[in-house]
Parts: sequence; C-alpha cells; structure tokens
Amino acid sequence: MVKKSSNVRTKDLNLWFGEKHVLKNMNIEIPEKTITAIMGPSGCGKSTFLRCLNRMNDLILEAKIKGSILIDNKDIYNSKTDITALRKKVGMVFQRPNPFPKSIFDNIAYGLKINQVKKNRIPGIVEQSLKATALWNEVKDRLHDSAMSLSGGQQQRLCIARAIAVEPEVVLMDEPASALDPSSTLKIEELMKKLKNKYTIILVTHNMQQAARVSDYTAFFYVGELIEFGKTEQVFQNPDEKLTESYISGKFG
Amino acid sequence: MVRKKFNEGLEEIEQGAINIGEMVWTALNNAIDALIHHDLEEAHSVITNDVNINNKRWKVEERCITLIATQQPVATDLREIIAILNIITDFERMGDHAQGIAKVMLRLESEPPMKTLQTFFEMSHEVLSMIKRSIQALIDRDIKESLKIYKHDDVVDNYYNKIFDEILTYEEEKPKRFKVGTYFIWMAHDLERIADRVSNICERIVYLAHGEMENLDTYKPKSS
Repeated sequence: MVKKSSNVRTKDLNLWFGEKHVLKNMNIEIPEKTITAIMGPSGCGKSTFLRCLNRMNDLILEAKIKGSILIDNKDIYNSKTDITALRKKVGMVFQRPNPFPKSIFDNIAYGLKINQVKKNRIPGIVEQSLKATALWNEVKDRLHDSAMSLSGGQQQRLCIARAIAVEPEVVLMDEPASALDPSSTLKIEELMKKLKNKYTIILVTHNMQQAARVSDYTAFFYVGELIEFGKTEQVFQNPDEKLTESYISGKFG
Repeated sequence: MVRKKFNEGLEEIEQGAINIGEMVWTALNNAIDALIHHDLEEAHSVITNDVNINNKRWKVEERCITLIATQQPVATDLREIIAILNIITDFERMGDHAQGIAKVMLRLESEPPMKTLQTFFEMSHEVLSMIKRSIQALIDRDIKESLKIYKHDDVVDNYYNKIFDEILTYEEEKPKRFKVGTYFIWMAHDLERIADRVSNICERIVYLAHGEMENLDTYKPKSS
C-alpha cells in the first residue's frame, strides 16, 4: 500500500524577504495524519511558513531561506528536488476559492492530466475526489457546467477535491473558510476532520475557535518565531507560554 | 473595549462567588450562634435567608453561561469561569447544610437541654475558619494556602469521629436522651460535609491558578 502521509519537519528554518527576517529558527515537527493549526497575529509569518512547505516562496525573488524542511525525511530545498513532484505531494488550498474558469470536471481533471494520469482513469478519480469532499451529490448532474456557477462554499470544496485528486500526502490550507458563511465553514471543517484520516493537514487560521474545533495540534507564531507548539486542548486550556495565553484570550493581536 | 467588558464580566462573577461565600459563612456563623444562645428567631432567619444564597448562585451561574456563550473564553479565562461555576455550586450546598443545622436546632429546642457539647463548637469553629480562609485563597489564587486548607479537612474529620464517640457514650449513659444525641450527630455531619465542600473549592482554586485538575491528597505543584 502506498504511504499517504508523511511527517513534516523543519530544522532551524530561517527566511528573509530582502533585509526583513520573517521566519526565525523555526523547529517544528508535525505528526502525520493530523490537523495542525498555525495561528498568530497578522504578519507573524504563518502564511510564509505554509508557503515554504511546497516552495511557493521560490517565486519571490528577494526571498532567502536557510535551514531545512524535511518531508518524508527528504530536504525539499535540496537542489535535486523536483518541484512539480513536491507540489503533487504537498497540495494547497487558498483563502479565496480559486477554481479554474473551466468546468467542474476539468477543474479536477486538469491536475491529473498534467501528472500524466491515464485518460480512462480520470472520470473515476474525479468522482472519487468529489465524493471525498461531499460535493458529488450536489454536482453529479452538472459536471460540465462552469465551476464558477458554484457557490463559494462549493467552489472551496471543489478546490480541496482538486488538491486531493493527485493524491498528495500533505494538504496546506491557508484560511480556507475565512471567505465562507457559517454553514459552508462547517462543511469545510467536517471535511478536514474526514480528510485527516488520509492526509496531514496544516491549517493557517485567524479563527481561533476554528483552530480549537478542528485541529489536533496548535502552533502559535509571533513575529516570525514559534512560541508554542502543543496539543490543541492543552494550548487552549492551559498554554505554557504567557504570550500564547495573552493572544488567545484576546489581550493583544 | 471588548476585552475590558469581558474583564468586567470575569470580575463580576468572581465577586459574586466571594459574596456567596461570605453569605454562607454568615449563615453558618448565625446557625451556630443561634444554637449557643438558644435564639429561635436567629435560627428561623438562617432558614429563610437560604433562598438569597440560592438566588445569588443562579444569578452568577447565568452570568457565567452568558460569558461562555458570548466570549468563547479560553485558557485562564475559561478555567476561571469553569472554576467559579463549580465553586458557587459548592457554596450553595454549604448554605443548605447551614440551613440544615438551623432546622435541627429548632427540633433540639423542644427537647430538655443537654450539657454543652464543647467538641461540637470547636468543630464548628474549625469549619468557619476553613470557609473564611478558602474565600481569601480564592481572592489571592493562593495554591499553598489552598493545600493547607484542604489538608485541614482531616482535623474536621477527627472532630466528627470524636463527637460520634462522645455521643455514643452519652447515649449509653442516658438512653432516654437518644434524640438529642442523634440531633448533634446530624449537625456534626452537616459540618463535616461543609468541610468536604471547602476541600472541593480548594481543588478548584488550584485548577484555576495552575490548570491542573488533580486530587490534592497527592498533588505536588509543578512550578510556582
């Protein structure tokens, strides 16, 4: 059986944008098949951290990185890393749903074609992915309609379906429900809980109640530093660090 | 502004719990006083005033629920609200025991008087002191003091056993006076239960201050 999830570890990870030191000596170990929430005030580096995990920051010219990120015990910043293979392994879902201006079917099929999945296997994987994201019953009769005709919540679930269709090991989610209403948010949260049986999910969120509800582990970042990492129930009931306590209690931020 | 309002809410429930504690201390003090001075009026007033303790407890509980529903508290804030919810429940039950002593005292008054039972009054003195100290420990979030008060429950238990033995001897000597003896055992049991509730409160203070929910018999603070 193919291994579906992996540990994600960073060792002395530092990142600069030009002169600005954005991530400072990050050492974090994320257990596989769990949901880890990353929280912290705006500008603390949580989205930057997330984007490091599938080398999205490579696109930013002034970004300089030191230290290592190990996925499956392999340093993803090794010069031999195949970026396309990495992004297949580490999928990403963004804050705003960003379906391609194509049909619902093609949104999922596109990534599969790029990854050279055999044509006859594609319809089956599309169905499977839409079922995994609880979207199948809502869209099965209109698979060839434009994805743009779906509601915001459905679009986001389609983006998650698109991400998992290529069978990643890790799914990065950058505030995946912040642009959605409470009922769509609930569906996304339920989906995350279901997906963690197969994938390691790393979630950036500003919504602390969401972090408390869905995650197994919580990391608190502050000004580019990892202040605390622990089991979510412990972080929210009895955090070790005063700074974490102040932040989650709304005393600053 | 929002946080300020939340802080005010937290202060309000803590003050509410302290007030209930003081009301309970007064109720027990008055019940014992009524017993010492054969003051029926005072005993009646302890019985009727218990409703004020109950009402105050509901009011604070309602405020706690509103804070949970509207503020989604976490960490110390959450522990404070949960601890207060438990503490006011314990205080309220202590009030019932004080009322119980006053009720038994009224029955006792219809019996011929018995020689003053010194041990009972010593026990009541210990229990009153435990209540007062626990209120202060709550205000100060004082873990060391909470542990001391918790351990003091053994002293109260010893008094209870002593009273039990004394009354059995008394009843053996004067079998016709078994009612009076039973009434005193009854009241001593109320005192013993109050001390147990004080111990619960001490556990909650430790939880509130350190986030550790543990039996204090074996508890060792991890850090100060």
